[in-house]
Amino acid sequence: MAIEKLSLAKAVNEALRSTMEADPKVLVMGEDVGKLGGVFRVTDGLQKDFGEDRVIDTPLAESGIIGTAIGLALRGYRPVAEIQFDGFVFPAYDQIVTQLAKMHARALGKVKLPVVIRIPYGGGIGAVEHHSESPEALFAHVAGLKVVSPSNASDAYWMMRQAVESDDPVIYFEPKRRYWDKAEVDTAAIPGPLHAARVAREGTDLTLAAYGPMVKVCLEAAAAAAEEGKSLEVVDLRSMSPIDFDTVQRSVEKTRRLVVVHEAPVFLGTGAEIAARITERCFYHLEAPVLRVGGMHAPYPPARLEDEYLPGLDRVLDSVDRALAY
Amino acid sequence: MTVESTAARKPRRSSGKRTGTRKTPAAGQPELVQLLTPEGERVEHPDYLIDLTSDELRGLYRDMVLTRRFDGEATALQRQGELGLWASLLGQEAAQIGSGRALRDDDYVFPTYREHGVAWCRGVDPTNLLGMFRGVNHGGWDPNSNNFHLYTIVIGSQTLHGVGYAMGVAKDGADSAVIAYFGDGASSQGDVAEAFTFSAVYNAPIVFFCQNNQWAISEPTEKQTRVPLYQRAQGYGFPGVRVDGNDVLACLAVTRAALERARSGQGPMLVEAFTYRMGAHTTSDDPTRYRAEDERVEWEAKDPIQRLRTYLEKEGFADASFFAELEKESDALAKRVREAVRAMPDPEPMAMFEHIYADGHALVDEERARFAAYQASFADAEGN
Repeated sequence: MAIEKLSLAKAVNEALRSTMEADPKVLVMGEDVGKLGGVFRVTDGLQKDFGEDRVIDTPLAESGIIGTAIGLALRGYRPVAEIQFDGFVFPAYDQIVTQLAKMHARALGKVKLPVVIRIPYGGGIGAVEHHSESPEALFAHVAGLKVVSPSNASDAYWMMRQAVESDDPVIYFEPKRRYWDKAEVDTAAIPGPLHAARVAREGTDLTLAAYGPMVKVCLEAAAAAAEEGKSLEVVDLRSMSPIDFDTVQRSVEKTRRLVVVHEAPVFLGTGAEIAARITERCFYHLEAPVLRVGGMHAPYPPARLEDEYLPGLDRVLDSVDRALAY
Repeated sequence: MTVESTAARKPRRSSGKRTGTRKTPAAGQPELVQLLTPEGERVEHPDYLIDLTSDELRGLYRDMVLTRRFDGEATALQRQGELGLWASLLGQEAAQIGSGRALRDDDYVFPTYREHGVAWCRGVDPTNLLGMFRGVNHGGWDPNSNNFHLYTIVIGSQTLHGVGYAMGVAKDGADSAVIAYFGDGASSQGDVAEAFTFSAVYNAPIVFFCQNNQWAISEPTEKQTRVPLYQRAQGYGFPGVRVDGNDVLACLAVTRAALERARSGQGPMLVEAFTYRMGAHTTSDDPTRYRAEDERVEWEAKDPIQRLRTYLEKEGFADASFFAELEKESDALAKRVREAVRAMPDPEPMAMFEHIYADGHALVDEERARFAAYQASFADAEGN
C-alpha cells in the first residue's frame, strides 16, 4: 500500500502518524487537536492511537502553545504545534519571532529548536474574519525560521515528514481550501529536498511561480492559455524561506517572462522579493518586467467578496497577457 | 503566608528549638516568611523550617558576597566602557542565592537577564554572563552544561519555556523540577498568565520565582497589580507564598519546599520574593528621576548580606579570618573578571552568519558568500 489516493488533510494526518510511530519524541499539540481531531480533522484519530500524553489539547492561548513547545523542544521533544487559523497566530508571533527564531543563534548553536508550527491558511472557504489570511511573508522575513507550503497531497505528506525531521523551526502553511483535494501519495518514494521548487508544468512562453493554494489556479490558467496557443510553465515554489531561486531562474532564462501569484497582499510580499531577485539574476534574459498577482492592500474582505479579492484564472491570465504584450 | 496549605508543611521538630518569636506583620501588609530578621535575629516559621550547619551558613554568605562583588565589578566595567550595559542585582543577592542553592543539579533554571546570583549557584562562569553585555554575543553559553538557560530579555517569555520544559520532565517520568524567574514588571505580561494556566492544567513540576524588587524601571509595583503578587496563584489553582527576599534562609527554605512539592507531583507554586532593587534598572537608568532616596535608605537597613554577617558573628559561626579570606577571594574574582572582559575579543564579522539555522539555509549561504567576497575585495588595496 505504498501508493494511496489521499486528501491533502489526510496526507498531513498520515505524515504525522508516521513520524509519531518512528520517533516517540514527536508530539502534536494545539487547540482541539485531540478528541475532535482538529477543526479540519487533520489530527483525526491521533489522540486515540497515541494517547493524551502525545496528542495534547492545549488551553486556548497561542503564545502559550508556542512558548511551551519551545520548552518541550529544549527538553528534547519535537513538538508539532497547530495554530487553528492563520489570523489567530499573532498572539504567538512574539514567541515565534523573539524566541523560537533566535534561540539557536543566541546559544551559538548549542541548542536546537525542532518545532513545527502548522497553520491552515488562505481563503476561498467562505469563512468569517481572521479565517482566510495569508501571513507567510511575515514569517519568511524572519531569520531563523523556515517557511513552507504544500500545494498537493503528495507534497503535504512528504514535506510534513521532512519538517518534523528538520532541526530548525518550520512554519508549515496548509492551504485550507485544498484540504479535500485528493491525489496519489507514494509513501515509499524517496522525496526531494524540502526547500526545492518543482516545475509542475513545462512551458516555453512565460513562467508562473506560485505556492500552496494558487498552484492549482496557475495550472488551470496554463491549461486555458494552451488553448489559445500560449505555453506557460508553472513552478510550484513549495518553500518561501528559503526560496529556490535557482529553479525559478532556470525557468525564466528559458521563458524570459515571469508572473508571481499568491493570495497574500502583493505589497512587500513573497512576489516582491522574487521580482527583485529574478530581475537581478536574469536582467538580460527578461523580455518584460516581473509582474505580480495577489491580494490587495486591504483587510481580507467579507466572504461574499472573496472571489473578487483572490487571484482567479482571469486575473492570472490578465497579467500573463500584460507580460506577453511587452 | 501560603494561600493554600502547602504540601511542604512539615511537623515542627522541636518547639524548644525556636530562637525567636514571629514578627507581627505591619498593618495592611501580607505576612512574609522570614527566618532571619534584618537585625540578624533567627526566627522560626511554622511552615518553613531550616537547620543549616555553620559551614552551610558561611557558604551562603560567601555566595552572596562574591556575587555582589562580581556585580559591582561589572558595573564598574560598564562605567569604564568595557561593557555596553549592565543590569545590576544589587540588593537581590539573598533571593537569588537562597533560591539558587535550593536547586539540585538535575533541576533546570529559566532566568531573566538579572539572575547573576543564580548563575553563580549553577556553576556558570561569571565571565560567560558578560559577553552579551559587552556586545560580543547574545548569551552563547551552553544551557545544558549547567541546566541554566540563556538570559531572556523579553520579559516573561521564559516562564512559558520553563513550563514546556517541565511538561517534558513530567513526560520523561523524571523527578527533577524547573524554576522560572521573573519580576514584578513581567507579572503583567500575558505570557506569565499563560504560563500559570498551562502549568496548572498540566500539573507541571515548576516553581515560579518572582523577585518583586518594587520597581519595573520607573514603575512601582502599584502600576502592575492591585493585589499582592503571590495571591495571583490562587486564581490559577496553585499555592503562592511571599517570602522576605532579603532573607537568604527564608528564600532557601521556601524554594526547597516549593521544589519538593513540584518533584513529588503536586504541581506548580509561586514564590514572591519581596526585595528591593538597590541600584538602577540598568546602567542606562537614572532612578533619581522617579524614586525617593529615603526609600532606598530604608531598604539598606534590610540588607541581605549584613543581616547574615551579624548572625554569623553573634553566633560565633565565622571569625575574622573567614571574613578576611573572603575579602581576598572577592578581590581575586574581581580581578579575574576584569581581565577576562578586557581580553574578550570582538567576534569576526563572518560570525553573524553562524548558527542562524541548524540545517543550513540557501539565502544565508548566498549572503555569507557575497559578504565574504565584499570583505575580501579590500584585501589587495590594504596590502593584505
